[in-house]
Amino acid sequence: MSQVAQGRGRGGFIAGFLLAPLALYLTFVIWPYVQTFGYSFTNWTGQSPTFDFVGVDNYAALMKDEVFRGALWNNLLLLVFVPVVTILLALFFAFMVNAGGRGGAGGVQGVRGSGFYKIVYFFPQVLSLAILAVLFGAVYRTDEGGLLNGVLIRLGLVDRLHPVEWLNEPRLVLWCLLLVVVWHGVGFYLVLFSAAMQSVPKDIYEAALLDGAGRAQTFFKVTLPLLWDSVQTSAVYLGIAAMDMFVLVSTMTSGQFGGGPDHHSEVMATVLMRNFLYFGKSGYACAMGVVMLVLTMILSVITLRATRRERIEF
Amino acid sequence: MGSTGEGLGRRDLIKRSAALGLISVPTMSFLSACASGGEGTTKGPDKGAVTKENPFGVAKGGKLDVVVFKGGFGDDYAKAWEAAFDKKWGTTSSHLGTQEITGKLQTRFNGGNPPDVVDNSGAQKIKLDVLFKSNQLADLTPVLDAPSLDDPSKKVRDLLIAGTVEQGTQGGKFVSLNYVYTVFGFWYSGKLFKEKGWTAPKTWDEFLAVCAKAKEAGIGGLAHQGKFPYYINVVIMDLIAKKGGLDAMKAIDNLEPNAFEGNAAALAAVEAVYEVVEKDLLLPGTNGLTHTESQTAWNQYKAAFIPSGSWLENEQLKQTPDDFDMQFLPVPLLADSKLPFEAIRAGAGEPFIVPEKAANKAGGLEFIRSMLSREWSTMFAQQANSLTVVKDGVDPGVKLRPGTQSAVTALKAAGSNTFNYLYTDWYSEMDTAIQDASNELMAKRIQPKEWIKRAQAAVNKAAQDPNAKNNRRS
Repeated sequence: MSQVAQGRGRGGFIAGFLLAPLALYLTFVIWPYVQTFGYSFTNWTGQSPTFDFVGVDNYAALMKDEVFRGALWNNLLLLVFVPVVTILLALFFAFMVNAGGRGGAGGVQGVRGSGFYKIVYFFPQVLSLAILAVLFGAVYRTDEGGLLNGVLIRLGLVDRLHPVEWLNEPRLVLWCLLLVVVWHGVGFYLVLFSAAMQSVPKDIYEAALLDGAGRAQTFFKVTLPLLWDSVQTSAVYLGIAAMDMFVLVSTMTSGQFGGGPDHHSEVMATVLMRNFLYFGKSGYACAMGVVMLVLTMILSVITLRATRRERIEF
Repeated sequence: MGSTGEGLGRRDLIKRSAALGLISVPTMSFLSACASGGEGTTKGPDKGAVTKENPFGVAKGGKLDVVVFKGGFGDDYAKAWEAAFDKKWGTTSSHLGTQEITGKLQTRFNGGNPPDVVDNSGAQKIKLDVLFKSNQLADLTPVLDAPSLDDPSKKVRDLLIAGTVEQGTQGGKFVSLNYVYTVFGFWYSGKLFKEKGWTAPKTWDEFLAVCAKAKEAGIGGLAHQGKFPYYINVVIMDLIAKKGGLDAMKAIDNLEPNAFEGNAAALAAVEAVYEVVEKDLLLPGTNGLTHTESQTAWNQYKAAFIPSGSWLENEQLKQTPDDFDMQFLPVPLLADSKLPFEAIRAGAGEPFIVPEKAANKAGGLEFIRSMLSREWSTMFAQQANSLTVVKDGVDPGVKLRPGTQSAVTALKAAGSNTFNYLYTDWYSEMDTAIQDASNELMAKRIQPKEWIKRAQAAVNKAAQDPNAKNNRRS
């Protein structure tokens, strides 16, 4: 058999494996995007196969939509805080669990009981967001039956007749939600970072210890640079969580598909869903979807660019 | 690029797929929901001969596809109906009882293969105004003009409680049969009031006085379902209608420029509700509670009053103590009200529709006609503990619970003094905006004047709706 024929045979073999997934991807991922783009130029109500072409009207209206702009702002706030807070906490805990213990005769080790902590930290991750929403609904309940209010009232920090209306308080609601996301995420990223830390050869830590490095120095000069790839990936994934937030906001806050009180916890997805399913402005909602797509694309490029570093080999 | 210099390194691949994930994951679930099924092919409907007994031409031995909202009323009543229908017409019914009306039916409406009868209710109902605008609703006028099953000399129309037709009308067309007759107002525990020696208030001042006494006794005055401002809106709107008369109500439904702004009755009503907030007579924390949480607190004697519709008793069946003695109270009067104290918001709920593109549209229409018979109406009352829009449609033998009984009494006392708002069905966006404002009002974050301003802005915005021309009442 000639070289060419052999090559072609192999090519066909590979193509056979690639074509089916590609076709699936085009049908179920790319095609809906294209359709959405098309719908965004129509006045489709979402309940009928008929609609009119309205040009860029939807986009023009979107520019003036204060609710959507507020939602965008909230998404951006979350996009900053969710990854930063989660990663910092996860890194801190992971470091303490793996290398934060007192250097005994054996050298590098975690704090006492670190194996136990690792398991406990992972618990929140196994809960689904729906359960989480119910759980924290009980924590944030606005009367004294709520866990937080109950404790605060018992401690005399809050007046029994005026409990804190956590999720009904414009200044608090977003932070209350942030706390849930962070609580949920820290354990997973702790385990991720732990795994990365354990793959770092012990002799590097020992060398650092011999050179007289303290815990902080070890962390910043040794651990963090070696973990950078994991941190970067985490940032991207937490970015996804921050851009979405739909499940938590829609189930925990007031309003049709959440976003309350008075749009203070609105994220783009909740505004989209309300317009799509409740107001019958599906074409308009599709325009929002396109804007979300463009924004997330820009953000993902920025994230990957901004966190690019020289890779350290070990 | 990758450190290996051999094109796409493993890590780059991971990074790229992560980037792709960042794009696709949050948006995908919503966007793919946008994909519509396109124009489905509607198969020719089965048709039987049209006779006096069979005014819509139901085909014997056909199929009937029924979807009902399985909420506070359950769906046993519908199963009983379907069995009766199958027996009479030889059809095979398929039954779906669900809470996710939108989720289950949106694709079917888009695909052009909707069910034959839908009880379009609950939090996830498909908005009627939206369905109507999309030409998805069959005109039910033929049912109104068909002979009644109980008395063929009468038309179905003549056996309905007043207001049923008006409420089911969109853009001048009768498209939904709101089947369950509901009254709205405050509710209290007869037992608690007896114990404390309070009497049911007739004026707003008396109402505030009872709330104040409740506060002295260490319980809340007014509880409301804060997470769903829909309920407190009922109080505000009913105060407006009772003080300003039916014209004040119609001005809101007809989106008039002075519906709220410059309307003295509206301001007085909002100020009256705000007085409860200002005097600190709310159940602590009620502003953030869900309907079940606040209603349960009220069932535990933690508050004197709660606003709701007459489904409340059925909804709270499990949480209500046996001796609670649930009682209905019409919204008390402000000074110089045009309507009497007995006047109540009464209307029909649970909208049943027949989709325009239903495969067995005749069967759907016949099903609706059968619902309006005394036999089916009684079946409903037995299975779901509630009244229907059929005049005297319930066998007197059916024993009612105290809350429902008190609602029936109130309804009798009201006589022809019932009213009902329509804007909630006509303008979803306006309704939502006013609810948001009410939530702010109850949390003391805005003042009554600001509420009026926001409500009027919502009205003015709704006036630009293309349907505003058709949705007029007089």
